[in-house]
Amino acid sequence: MTARPAPGGAAPGPDPLWVRLPQAFRIPFSGMRREIATAVIGLLASIAIGSVLMLIAGKAPGQVWWAMLSGTVSDPSLLGQALYKATGLALTGLAVALALDAGLFNIGAEGQLTAGVVVCALVGTALPAATPAAIAVPVCLIAAAAAGALIGSVIGVMKAARGAHEVITSFMLNAIVSGLALFLGNRVMFRNGTTTGAPIAPGAELPHLGIGGSSANASILVAVLAVAVVWWLRARSTWGRTWRAVGQSPDAARTTGTSIGKVQVLVMIGSGALAGLAAANFVMGNKHAFEEGLGRGTGFTGVAVALLGRMHPVGVVIAALLLGFLSSGGVAVSDVVPKELVEMLPGVVVLAVAAAVPLVRRMEAA
Amino acid sequence: MQGFRLLSPAVTARRLIGILLAINALLLGVGAVIVPSSAREQGKGVHVGLVFDIGGKNDKSFNEAAWRGLMRAQAELGVETRFIEPTEGSDRESALRTLATKKFDLIIGVGFIFGPDLERLARQFPDVKFAGIDYSPSEGVGTLPNLAGLRFREHEGSFLVGAIAGLVTRTKVVGFVGGMKIPLIHKFEVGYAAGVHRVCPACRVVAAYAGTEPKAFADPSLGQELAAAQYGQGADIIFHASGKTGDGVFAAARQRGARAIGVDSDQFDAAPCCVVTSMVKRVDVAVVDIVKDVIAGKFRGGIHELGLAEHGVGFVADERNRSMLPIDVVEKVNALAEQIIAGKIRVPSE
Repeated sequence: MTARPAPGGAAPGPDPLWVRLPQAFRIPFSGMRREIATAVIGLLASIAIGSVLMLIAGKAPGQVWWAMLSGTVSDPSLLGQALYKATGLALTGLAVALALDAGLFNIGAEGQLTAGVVVCALVGTALPAATPAAIAVPVCLIAAAAAGALIGSVIGVMKAARGAHEVITSFMLNAIVSGLALFLGNRVMFRNGTTTGAPIAPGAELPHLGIGGSSANASILVAVLAVAVVWWLRARSTWGRTWRAVGQSPDAARTTGTSIGKVQVLVMIGSGALAGLAAANFVMGNKHAFEEGLGRGTGFTGVAVALLGRMHPVGVVIAALLLGFLSSGGVAVSDVVPKELVEMLPGVVVLAVAAAVPLVRRMEAA
Repeated sequence: MQGFRLLSPAVTARRLIGILLAINALLLGVGAVIVPSSAREQGKGVHVGLVFDIGGKNDKSFNEAAWRGLMRAQAELGVETRFIEPTEGSDRESALRTLATKKFDLIIGVGFIFGPDLERLARQFPDVKFAGIDYSPSEGVGTLPNLAGLRFREHEGSFLVGAIAGLVTRTKVVGFVGGMKIPLIHKFEVGYAAGVHRVCPACRVVAAYAGTEPKAFADPSLGQELAAAQYGQGADIIFHASGKTGDGVFAAARQRGARAIGVDSDQFDAAPCCVVTSMVKRVDVAVVDIVKDVIAGKFRGGIHELGLAEHGVGFVADERNRSMLPIDVVEKVNALAEQIIAGKIRVPSE
């Protein structure tokens, strides 16, 4: 509850040091508390809305939530599947969060991920079969990140150079990339009559973790590393301070001599690279080939992850685990509630958190 | 922003959390009271699990037919059933695995897309039996003893509706609209053309496909264009094998008052004016048959083909379409079916 000078009062002079110093410590703390409150309120509201939907479908919400929880926890393969989904969601969530931190609403993580999937698979299949893992893995990772970064940079450049709104451009690029992926699939990748491409070089495969035979795989290390790097950049580096300053107030940042356009392009390159990296989870870690629809939806759900995680890397990880668990739990309750209901839940989370943000902010101000 | 207040200023974040917790508790309580507990108990006997394709169990076509089969197996054969509708592709495998780890006796995947997943799981769980609708082995994968591929001789059913088209056409031109151009759909066209020419050697078959990607099965507007073009070329009846794209074929038929033939299940309701008959693929029969095999201990791996003799394919002739499908046509076509079953007619499939 920061004290504000009354409007119309005397022009406030600079506060004495003994007022400013405690505030410097207080602000991040209260900011953090506000974000946690927002996430908790959003989550509780989502559970309430989900429960109402279940009641409408004629199911007892308590039973469904319990079946979801117990069914997933008691089944190692579903638990591993939740981790597998969380790995992809953490990366796309981080991508959306990074851009949002700099004031850019990148809803194009879906397209950037698809570009990563296609290029990762293309490079992986082009590598000679005998390529050692020490070369094949980094090459494929860089290819996936570069493909996502390329798509992201288009959005950043159009924003910086022409002022084109990133929501429009990223959304349109989603459609373009998904069409392109299908075209490439049909022309060069899909094998006779199927919608699956040739396998990638064995050296580029990331091993499964062996949790109940689920798809969870070693790409979780990539996600953990990405989270750590973004956390460090965001909290400790000058770059992080700059992009957050641009996000909070572009005008203020401009007066301090920051090139807004440069920051926007760089952030979109980073955001796209993170979304593209999620391909490691799907191509290198699981299917070991391109497949129609591989990873689909992970980019869109990444928006829910970023909002629920309040753009903080640690929050993003928690939100990714939660939504991954929810999606995997959907399989456990599939013959109890219609699948469409489970599919609605990430959307409900986005709405609930979006509604909670101004609510909590106003409570703080009050 | 200032004018609209959802909550009074007295509500702090902490109180709001409390309120929401109370609402949730209330909802759970209300649910527990008004919805009777329906705990699923693990019964004895044979357990059959079924995993649907992305379309889900209410797709009015393929998946729904499998669902009917599962329900019939439950009612008539007394087996315990469970199904899973995956929400995305990556859930297919985990859904199969979830059922496999629960010691189900038979697990069925609905659709050719399950192929690689079924193969992987059949190797990992040699004690569990698997079956795939429309399954065909991947490159380099031989027959697995615990994996049955349930396939249909669609060309035989298509032959019969081709004969119907050849018998009822007045313009001597008949049409075919396919979905994705793959061998599976090509079989429909070849059988259909053979049926047409069997009864009407002078007839011409015009054929078109909606595309080469999976979307070709879900593009009604393209289906309408293709059908309109074929009606424009003089065709007066069109057979479609194109999933939802066929909705466009029916729309074109309704517009012109022309005739069409449905596919997979009885599609009369899609256009009661115009759907002469439908080539039905009895996925439900395939499901019930494989469950019977498991109960009788006669399950065997490899490809099971269901044709006319096994009642796996056929065409619709009932009171609803009688006015468009005269009884003498039905009799002639049934005679052809007898000859196919007896092996006197060989229907080409490619």
